[in-house]
Amino acid sequence: MMPLSPTNDGELILGAVAYDQKVVPIWDGFQQYFRTRGLPFDYVLFSNYERQVEAHLRGHVHVAWNSPLAWLQTERIAARLGRRAEAIVMRDSDCDLRSVILVRADGGINAVADLRGRIVAVGARDSPQATLIPLKHLADQGLVLDQDFEIRVFDVLVGKHGDHIGGERDAVRALLRGEADAACILDANHLAFAREGTIPSSSTRILTQTPGYDHCNFTVIDGVEPEKVTRFRDLLLAMSYGDAEVRPLLDLEGLKQWVPGRVTGYTQLSAAIDRFGTIDAFVSSVEAQCR
Amino acid sequence: MQVDLGSLAFVDGGYLLVKRAIRRVAVGESISVAGEAEDLEVDLRAWCRAEGHRFEWQAAAGSARGQARILAGAAESERWAGAHRTTGEGEADEDAVAEHPPRSWGLAARGATIEAGTPDFDFQLTDKIEVWSDDAARIYQQAVAAQWDPETAIPWNASFELSDDLEDAVVQVMTYLIENETAALIVPSRFIAQLHPHFREVMQVLAVQAADEARHIEVFTRRARLKRSQLGRSTIGGQTSLKTLVEEPEFAIASFLLSVLGEGTFLSLLWFIERYAPDPVTATVTRLAAQDEARHVAFGLAHLSQHLAREPGFRPRLADAVRRRHDALRHTAGLNDEVFDALLLMAAGSWEHEALRQGSRRVLQLIQDMDEGRRKRLVRLGFPEAEAAALSALHTRNFM
Repeated sequence: MMPLSPTNDGELILGAVAYDQKVVPIWDGFQQYFRTRGLPFDYVLFSNYERQVEAHLRGHVHVAWNSPLAWLQTERIAARLGRRAEAIVMRDSDCDLRSVILVRADGGINAVADLRGRIVAVGARDSPQATLIPLKHLADQGLVLDQDFEIRVFDVLVGKHGDHIGGERDAVRALLRGEADAACILDANHLAFAREGTIPSSSTRILTQTPGYDHCNFTVIDGVEPEKVTRFRDLLLAMSYGDAEVRPLLDLEGLKQWVPGRVTGYTQLSAAIDRFGTIDAFVSSVEAQCR
Repeated sequence: MQVDLGSLAFVDGGYLLVKRAIRRVAVGESISVAGEAEDLEVDLRAWCRAEGHRFEWQAAAGSARGQARILAGAAESERWAGAHRTTGEGEADEDAVAEHPPRSWGLAARGATIEAGTPDFDFQLTDKIEVWSDDAARIYQQAVAAQWDPETAIPWNASFELSDDLEDAVVQVMTYLIENETAALIVPSRFIAQLHPHFREVMQVLAVQAADEARHIEVFTRRARLKRSQLGRSTIGGQTSLKTLVEEPEFAIASFLLSVLGEGTFLSLLWFIERYAPDPVTATVTRLAAQDEARHVAFGLAHLSQHLAREPGFRPRLADAVRRRHDALRHTAGLNDEVFDALLLMAAGSWEHEALRQGSRRVLQLIQDMDEGRRKRLVRLGFPEAEAAALSALHTRNFM
């Protein structure tokens, strides 16, 4: 596939990962929103973030809707290639997330140190919120993976970077069945699982929670027409929850308003992948292909 | 504003107290939330993030517990800012019926507050003038109160034995009634699906009308099969006539042709059958059906009278519809001989010459009664006497 000209036929092309069927109505809706406001826009769906990051670096899309891990992959590869990636916009709900490590209320685990010799259930291998950040959090408290504790991985849809909630739900179920001693999940999923009844009242307690971190962002790499990027960014920031036309899209995408992108919330994940070496091979491989 | 959840968990209903407190402050103002539940901080933070409120946690010294400060976000007020009430404009009455309810009001209850941006439903009947009657609520209430149970209302076990010919005549008449009541069920049912539910009482009248017809079909079928395993005959002429009713696309015209002219004519027929019924079951099923049909006629007259009062120019279109239907049926036989003969034999009661003479006079009287009833109803709708007589004469020979 040949790289696109800066904006092919004037269209700004977005890359997004198809982690759920609702992705199609979401981006169709955005396409209509942008087009009716004079920004020619189209999108391409990828089955996994690695494919998207690679396509982005090769210039096949102009903007990518990236998971935090995909953002770090893009940023690191771009840096090695002497290019610059920028997080331009994110959701209000992408800011200041926490992960929690749950234990059974009657499990006899009262401190992080009690996890020594135990099994910790995590989400997908590449999930920032349900695997990488919580494991880094345990490491910061002196618990070395495989040496001090084991993990049980609930790999639902690897490549989706934990966007699918199924891995976290499976991890909690394993905890409740006694097949694991702890489970790592996103704070919002703690609330969701309690509401849907997956976590019965008083059956679990929160052993520890991570510091805050950020989630997805729209990423651009230098070389795209700045006016197009500015227009894209401005139109996103102008979306109002009070506008009945766009509200269903915001509801589907899980936000109340778009906010300017920031990269200060990725330090924990960055340290986690440094520690676990998670993306090194991928980064080197794409770097080699893009040279 | 301060909310103290005590030991109540956020997910166990604590969030309702928090929501209520946030609704009581302006956007940008803050509330504080305290509680002893262990998960409060985690759940409250996640909830605030999802709802667009700002969240700050102030840990209590020397404890895992603390207090949250929440700055109310604008999302909820923005969601409802463009909402409106689904009632008629400029009416003091909260239940006022709108002249042209938008399709986007959808299934919302009349008087509900509806979020802006709801999807359009494909309702075709959205003009009050076309469907509404101020009498609809009253007619609906009467209909509900007058529902009868076929099992107990009809003396199914009454002992009687008719001659084979008379029983055949009853079965043939029942076969004809079933066919006609089926048309009378399908027509309102089709329009229920097209009607804007804002016109709730009209929808309810049509629904109970369809239910009435379902019951009539049941009892006529049961009477037909009471002594026989086979039903009577159905003809091209009868079905062609009913097809023009079933396929009439316009509500007001269909209602005029079916309820005012068709069911109006049927009232005379049902009373006739009740009067000359050779057995108590036949008499009862037709008497009860006639009670229901009278309501259907009343609703048709009520909403068409109201329609014509506001739009007198619609009257010629009703007349055209009668002429059009007459032309469409010009080449059909109309009422089948079997039905006509069965009615005569039923009215005669036997094959005796004098009885047949009497039966024949009674059937002719029936035809005159039907005509008179139609003319009266047409005059009630504002047609001049002469035009009413002319239009009545053009009514289908199949009665319905």
